[in-house]
Amino acid sequence: MIHKEIVIVGGGPAGLSAGIEAAKYGAEVLIIDENHLVGGQLFKQIHKFFGSREHKAGMRGFSIGRDLLEEINKSENIELWLNSEVIGINKEKELLVVPKDQGVVEIKAEKIILATGAIEKSIYFPGWDLPGVMGAGAAQTMMNVHRILPGKKVLMIGSGNVGVIISYQMIQGGAEVVGILEASSTLGGYGVHTAKVTRAGVPFYRPYTIKRAIGEDCVEGAEIVQIDSQWQPVEGTEVILEVDLICMATGFNPLTELAWMSGCQFTYIPELGGQVPTHNDRLETTVKGIYIAGDISGIEEASTAMEEGKLAGVHAAHSLGYLSKEKEKVERNKIWERLNDLRSGPMDIKRKNGKELMFLKYNEGCIND
Amino acid sequence: MIDDSNLKTKGFPTLEELKRLGTYPSDEAFMKGPIAVIECIEEIPCNPCEETCIKGAIKIGKPITNLPRLNTTKCSGCSFCISSCPGLAIYIKDYTYSEKEALIIFPYEFLPLPKVNEEVIAVDREGQSICKGSVIKVNNNKANDNTVLISMVYSKEYFHDIVAMKRL
Repeated sequence: MIHKEIVIVGGGPAGLSAGIEAAKYGAEVLIIDENHLVGGQLFKQIHKFFGSREHKAGMRGFSIGRDLLEEINKSENIELWLNSEVIGINKEKELLVVPKDQGVVEIKAEKIILATGAIEKSIYFPGWDLPGVMGAGAAQTMMNVHRILPGKKVLMIGSGNVGVIISYQMIQGGAEVVGILEASSTLGGYGVHTAKVTRAGVPFYRPYTIKRAIGEDCVEGAEIVQIDSQWQPVEGTEVILEVDLICMATGFNPLTELAWMSGCQFTYIPELGGQVPTHNDRLETTVKGIYIAGDISGIEEASTAMEEGKLAGVHAAHSLGYLSKEKEKVERNKIWERLNDLRSGPMDIKRKNGKELMFLKYNEGCIND
Repeated sequence: MIDDSNLKTKGFPTLEELKRLGTYPSDEAFMKGPIAVIECIEEIPCNPCEETCIKGAIKIGKPITNLPRLNTTKCSGCSFCISSCPGLAIYIKDYTYSEKEALIIFPYEFLPLPKVNEEVIAVDREGQSICKGSVIKVNNNKANDNTVLISMVYSKEYFHDIVAMKRL
């Protein structure tokens, strides 16, 4: 069995930031990612980020990813395993890993940071299994990573930031976005994003949902219908749109399998995206020495994921003796100030409330073992 | 933000909404020459415009979710703020450009890019074609990081309506 100080599962914005932060203080870090390159969503994100300078605002996501990767490569304390899947984990912080083309490797970690991210949610409708129906994230990956435009005429379902940002990127990629559906009474995304797709000629349909995808072997169209306040279809309001791609941007669930397997307690907090490992304000779970960061701890943005990664990284390094209690507190407070900034507006307040509820639950019910 | 606003139901702010929130420059301010128009009317955590403005004309302060406020007497219309805005919500407008024409400098992130002297179609906040526009400058400086600044002149008649051009 290989021994490691800090093992981070997931090399997205949270995992990379956690690794950089912990290594900065001298801790030895192993980052494991199942993909062929790290960066998570960052390398798909060709838009400029919000926030302040400390949050790398104004930079495009892939530039942030490139900078993080550079720091990882520069650090002597960070090891990177790509194409490697973690298939098992237990309370003793032992991991089973399958690196590509090798057998199973066993690792005993002193600290683990789970930064496994999230998975897109689907909605189901007749024809949803036709080729040409996909998650908005899949379309974004095809376009921005693999340089393949998955459709020419696109229907987007969901007007949250993901739906509008990816719609905008589809237009940049040369597609026409025929419409964006929103089932709620108000549009979900930031107004600046909805405004930029509107002036690019994209109509919003609200409150609308999809009735069916049309097509024999692939998507050739979509029938959409207005819904009432009870979310019931309003007869006679159906519209048929000629599209060859239907994208769903209908939310995310935290990717929590490893956390379940490790024996962490969970708390159900809808504001954070459902069942989330119970954690404190250092992002430690109810299993001492196992931390979480990023979307697994509640669905948010890459900027908050990076700050959370730093938070987990600082505390993990501190608990290994790499930085003093006082220093850890100073660093933690700085990160919390930035996190509170990011969660301070009316658009983001529900996540702040969700987090506060979570810390309360942790303090109520936590029995560290 | 009220939920039945045009912004939250149709996706774009109306001129009335912008004016109501008090961040839209006054007619008096527009008469002085080129100034920035910041159509950022939701309290989101973001402040690169404030940091970029070398004249100190844009104020957000703390908390970071404050709406940006423009000091129109300090703003020279230099256009540095445009590409710094991740929301593409800032443009420069100059009512004094010429007797019959106004100037707008707006962010543009589509290909192909227009050429200087090219005639294009100017669009409003809803994306509707309103009038002809003429491109007089295409600024793709490295510092803009691929948010290209297009300078376009158009009829003063539609001064407040025009925010961009139709994609080529």
